[in-house]
Amino acid sequence: MSEGATATDAIAASPSLPAGETTMGELARRLRTNSEYFAIPLFALFVAAALFSLFLLTLGRSPVDFVSYVWRGGFGTAFSLQNTLQRSAPLILTALAVAIPARIGLIMIGGEGALVLGGFAAAAVATPLVGVLPPLPTLAVMFVVGTSVGAAWVGLAGYLRYARGVNETIASLLLTYVGVAIMNFFVEGALRDISNPNKPSTKPLGEAYMVGKIPGTEVHWGFAVGIALAILLHLLMTRTTFGFAARITGGNFRAALAQGLPVGKIILACTMIAGACAGIAGFYEVAAIQGRANASLAAGYGFTGILVSFLARHNPLAIVPVAILFGGLVASGGLIQRRMELPDATVLVLQGLIFIVLLTSETLYGRFAFFRDDKSGRRQ
Amino acid sequence: MNGALAIVLIAMLGGAIRVSTPFMFVALGECLTEKTGRVNLGQEGTLVLGAMVGYAVSYRSGSPWAGVLAAGAAGSVLGAMHGAICRLPRVNDVAVGIAMMLFGVGVAFFFGKPYIQPTAPRLGSIPFGAFSDDANLRSALDVNPLFFVGIAVALVMAWAFANTRWGLVARTVGDSAAAARAMGISVDWVRFLATAGGGFLAGIGGAFLSLSYPGSWNQGLSSGQGLMAVALVIFARWSPLRCVLAALLFGGAGAIGPALQSIGVTQGYYFFNAAPYILTLVIMIATSSATRSARDMPGELSTVK
Repeated sequence: MSEGATATDAIAASPSLPAGETTMGELARRLRTNSEYFAIPLFALFVAAALFSLFLLTLGRSPVDFVSYVWRGGFGTAFSLQNTLQRSAPLILTALAVAIPARIGLIMIGGEGALVLGGFAAAAVATPLVGVLPPLPTLAVMFVVGTSVGAAWVGLAGYLRYARGVNETIASLLLTYVGVAIMNFFVEGALRDISNPNKPSTKPLGEAYMVGKIPGTEVHWGFAVGIALAILLHLLMTRTTFGFAARITGGNFRAALAQGLPVGKIILACTMIAGACAGIAGFYEVAAIQGRANASLAAGYGFTGILVSFLARHNPLAIVPVAILFGGLVASGGLIQRRMELPDATVLVLQGLIFIVLLTSETLYGRFAFFRDDKSGRRQ
Repeated sequence: MNGALAIVLIAMLGGAIRVSTPFMFVALGECLTEKTGRVNLGQEGTLVLGAMVGYAVSYRSGSPWAGVLAAGAAGSVLGAMHGAICRLPRVNDVAVGIAMMLFGVGVAFFFGKPYIQPTAPRLGSIPFGAFSDDANLRSALDVNPLFFVGIAVALVMAWAFANTRWGLVARTVGDSAAAARAMGISVDWVRFLATAGGGFLAGIGGAFLSLSYPGSWNQGLSSGQGLMAVALVIFARWSPLRCVLAALLFGGAGAIGPALQSIGVTQGYYFFNAAPYILTLVIMIATSSATRSARDMPGELSTVK
């Protein structure tokens, strides 16, 4: 497989790898065996791109145009790149909301609900505070409330999984629908801003109460927070006793129980961390982008985040580049829609296609001799 | 007050019949799939795609029944994709289901955009209430033929699972793949067919949504009904007949909101919007247990409890 070779070269060329005490031969062997996790998703992306090109060709559209619009709308100019980074912030955070429970073997897809409800809660708590408290404490309260509500929402699905054995995938998605309904209940009712007749929304925060941009850019702080959380959670899952216990729970639930690990607490902690991440995404969508809570919060970031996490193999560090890639795709959606006269669901079709091909590619792991560990003769 | 209560009850009866039909089809389809030991969470996408295809074909051909068949065909294509992908080793059927859900919804929205505006011919209904002078009762008893098709499918499925060779094969595959292989049955093939068949039924459920009740195509048409139906199968303990009962119960509960609205109770509209999801969660909590697997669960179904 040629992709395998290029992937290995790419990793070998990067200078940041720790040489440690391993010899060059040992290093090359480890690079080769680990590059499987890089090469196969990349291969899946290529196959999905080829299938999507076929799809566009049968509709009489040019795949080359599509790629050039994604480039222009997502990455080509300073403006579009900053727009992309801005949109990748909620994708990083909602992908983390999938990745952390995935490490303990739970497929949670409730990120969208936690984002919407967290964002709504942040906007709701701000309503009486705006004009009373100064901006910074107000934002702090909003952050804490949004994060806690998100954590509680996904944590609830985690609790039901552990305490009652309720299927966490279905429960978390049901909770997403409930979350959106709760927001609509208040936004179109008690908390509706009557001065805004067009779209039911909460009262606007106002410019002074919004989160600022990262200095020198047009990107809000949610992006930096997302990257920081990705690094922190990576360290938590790989370098701490808690992460070790979580990985044992994910690897073998009964072994974890037999070892006396606090499995219930681990499940609750991981799902609450997940929900907190999505809640933070909701906070930034309200406090940095929308300025109020309304139906635009349910823009589908939580669902794209599922794909991002799977493509990154639930690795928090890998989530960041993958989220930026998909942020660009989401950001260029409008341009593609206008210039190619394609429906806005085009991006959804592409995402679904990538997801399906990616999951199909799972079957390829361990099938290529190139990636095998020569010493043991098995997959490492 | 008595009159109002009667109106609410009649509206709930009519709602139970109307609202339950798509739940019934999806739940029966998922029941068929899960009986063979595989879970297809993509039924939500199948339902939405079925609704779109059914509506589009009915609009183009002028025949709503052609739309129903086309919706079933589209659903079985999605089911076949799920079945074919999950045949491969090391592939997780729950995750593939999520992907199929996103893909099905995406494809439906992509091709469905031109059909949001036009009006397609809808499925006719059978006026069982013709004897009555009461307009409410008459509209409640206007029953779509698909409702009876669904009940017939459930009866045939229940009979076939218990009494036919095919039913035995399906149950064996679902209870113990090893035993089925020892009998010389191709486990993957049976599951593939069951998933494609389950997709066919879910697609028809979608056609009911767009061609009968609510009877139009838009992007918020399903909003999770396919997913709730999958959860209902657990509640129905993998029995086709109990799937019908669960769907009826669910339809009645889902009709409370509109029924109350019909007598002028508008408070809590959004609460009643959320009620079906909360009810599904409550049902799942009530029927699940942390320590034992669900009663009557096919042995190979370890992932959904």
